[in-house]
Amino acid sequence: MRRTPPEKPADYLPIAFPAAMLGLFFVVPFAIMVAISFFERVQGGFYQPAFTLANYGRFLSAFFGEILVFSLFLAALVSAVCLVLGVPFTYLLTKLSRRVQVAWLIGLLGVLSLSEVIIGFAWSTLLSRTAGISNLFVALGLMQQPRAWTPGFAAVMTGLVYQAFPYTVLVLYPAFSRLDPSLGEAARTLGASPLRAFLTVIVPALRKTLIATFIIVFIFALGAYLLPQILGRPQHWTLSVLVTDQAIYQSNMPFAAAMAVFLVIASLVLVLLANMINRREPAS
Amino acid sequence: MSGLDLIDISKRFGQVSAVDSVTLSVPHGTFVCLLGPSGCGKTTLLRMIAGLEEPSSGELRMDGDRLNDIPAHRRDFGMVFQSLALFPHLSVGENIAYPLRIRGRSAAEQAARVKDLLDLVHLPGVADRAISQLSGGQRQRVAIARALAVSPRLFLLDEPLSALDAKLREAMQVELRQLQQQLGITTIVVTHDQREAMSMSDLIVVMSKGRIQQMAKPVDMYRRPANAFVADFLGQANLIRARAGVGGAAISGGVIPGLALPSGGGTLISVRPEDIAFVAGADGPVRARVGFIRDMGASVEFHLDAGEDRIVAVATPQARPDCRVGEEVSLSIPAEACVVFGEGEG
Repeated sequence: MRRTPPEKPADYLPIAFPAAMLGLFFVVPFAIMVAISFFERVQGGFYQPAFTLANYGRFLSAFFGEILVFSLFLAALVSAVCLVLGVPFTYLLTKLSRRVQVAWLIGLLGVLSLSEVIIGFAWSTLLSRTAGISNLFVALGLMQQPRAWTPGFAAVMTGLVYQAFPYTVLVLYPAFSRLDPSLGEAARTLGASPLRAFLTVIVPALRKTLIATFIIVFIFALGAYLLPQILGRPQHWTLSVLVTDQAIYQSNMPFAAAMAVFLVIASLVLVLLANMINRREPAS
Repeated sequence: MSGLDLIDISKRFGQVSAVDSVTLSVPHGTFVCLLGPSGCGKTTLLRMIAGLEEPSSGELRMDGDRLNDIPAHRRDFGMVFQSLALFPHLSVGENIAYPLRIRGRSAAEQAARVKDLLDLVHLPGVADRAISQLSGGQRQRVAIARALAVSPRLFLLDEPLSALDAKLREAMQVELRQLQQQLGITTIVVTHDQREAMSMSDLIVVMSKGRIQQMAKPVDMYRRPANAFVADFLGQANLIRARAGVGGAAISGGVIPGLALPSGGGTLISVRPEDIAFVAGADGPVRARVGFIRDMGASVEFHLDAGEDRIVAVATPQARPDCRVGEEVSLSIPAEACVVFGEGEG
């Protein structure tokens, strides 16, 4: 592989095709969306070209502020829960035999093949009063009578964590399996109990991976728009749900576009912020 | 009883027996090398001593107290890993202070101890550096300092020098031995490098297929290997088939005068290359043809075909016999230099 920087225009040829595809299917639609976010809505119609900041002005209301804060909070909580569950899970997974590891990874990849709609309705049934798992607990004598756990915040969290968990493990897995197993053992011979060795050596040694995983899951959860609708009440709706609502049901494309642009900017700012925190720490 | 005692220790992984009934005593202050080819069970044995593996059977004792049920983090042993296992997120000083921090020592005590240890391993003033800023040899020293931080009762090293280049490895062997003598700490080193074992240890334990083949002082083991495996593994050895003959032992290229062998079938004997002497003229007791000459500067190796045997002889450049590839030479093998093994061995 060549290591010298490209000099002639012809040196850029290998990336021409991917660049064209990216431009055509990502940059251009995104630019159109940005443009539409400044357009005017036509009552009873669609929208017409204009330049107005009115769509962005609507964010200044308390209603949107609340939804934005809730969306960020939900995404952060999903990431945190995924990490708290995923880090020990992945660590223990890499201690198992190769065959068992492969079986688990295939199972997790299987979850990724499920559509969001199927996941949403499956959990909605599982958490329902009439056919849900609470009936099982009643049969086992653990509960007095079946209860409905959906719609609700816990149901939204369950669905989102279920959907994001495979991503968490898949991002963590390479770093954990590459980690020198003698790090943890060294900590133990130096006097740390297995749990303490895990918390004082394994977790800090992998903190860059953990931050990267947090960001990936955060952005993934921020974009979720189906699960909060299926499993949550209107107060659990995120900005992504509102974008869908405005775009599809209210036919207010300019406002939906403005919210989408805002969401992209908000996530970018957070990614840059996390990156800066990461870089300020001493190089290892 | 004082020191470390291993009593009939075995370790099985499923059907595979990694360590097979090992009994070994390591007195206080001794430097022991566990030597053997890869897969001989030496690392597994060390890991059991450290508490990172549990023996399938047998007992471990330290100063008479049973160790088996004490977890690794309560054994107070220092261990240096083959990969060194330095913590990448901590500085040099924080790495060395880690065992002190775990034990809740004060910051002042930690700093003082880190300074002492860095002086001890001849690496002063690097406490604030990141591990990634150190060279291989420096990392080695940091790993040693960290393992010694709490003045452990036992110092364990798993192939500690294998990542270093040849010259640095030699220098570290000397340094490690000096450090051990200075501290008087009981030390067990796992290595596959027989030179390392010869040059550092008080006691060498040669292992093969999970069993101890021989335990002896380095020079005794070199001069009197217990079996063909040890002879061949520790230094170079000529393993030659011999049978009782007239006035000595008969080998396929001639005779070894004065070497008494049991009569009957063939016996395996071992001779070190440096013990084989070239004899001027054509009437020495062993006749051979020069097959290959390997000049290594400090010494010259002659690969000789004596009948069916290939014998390797070593000479200094000063005493280099005047012969070329393909020529006939005369050799003499002194009987006192030969080690005789039983027929079943080798």
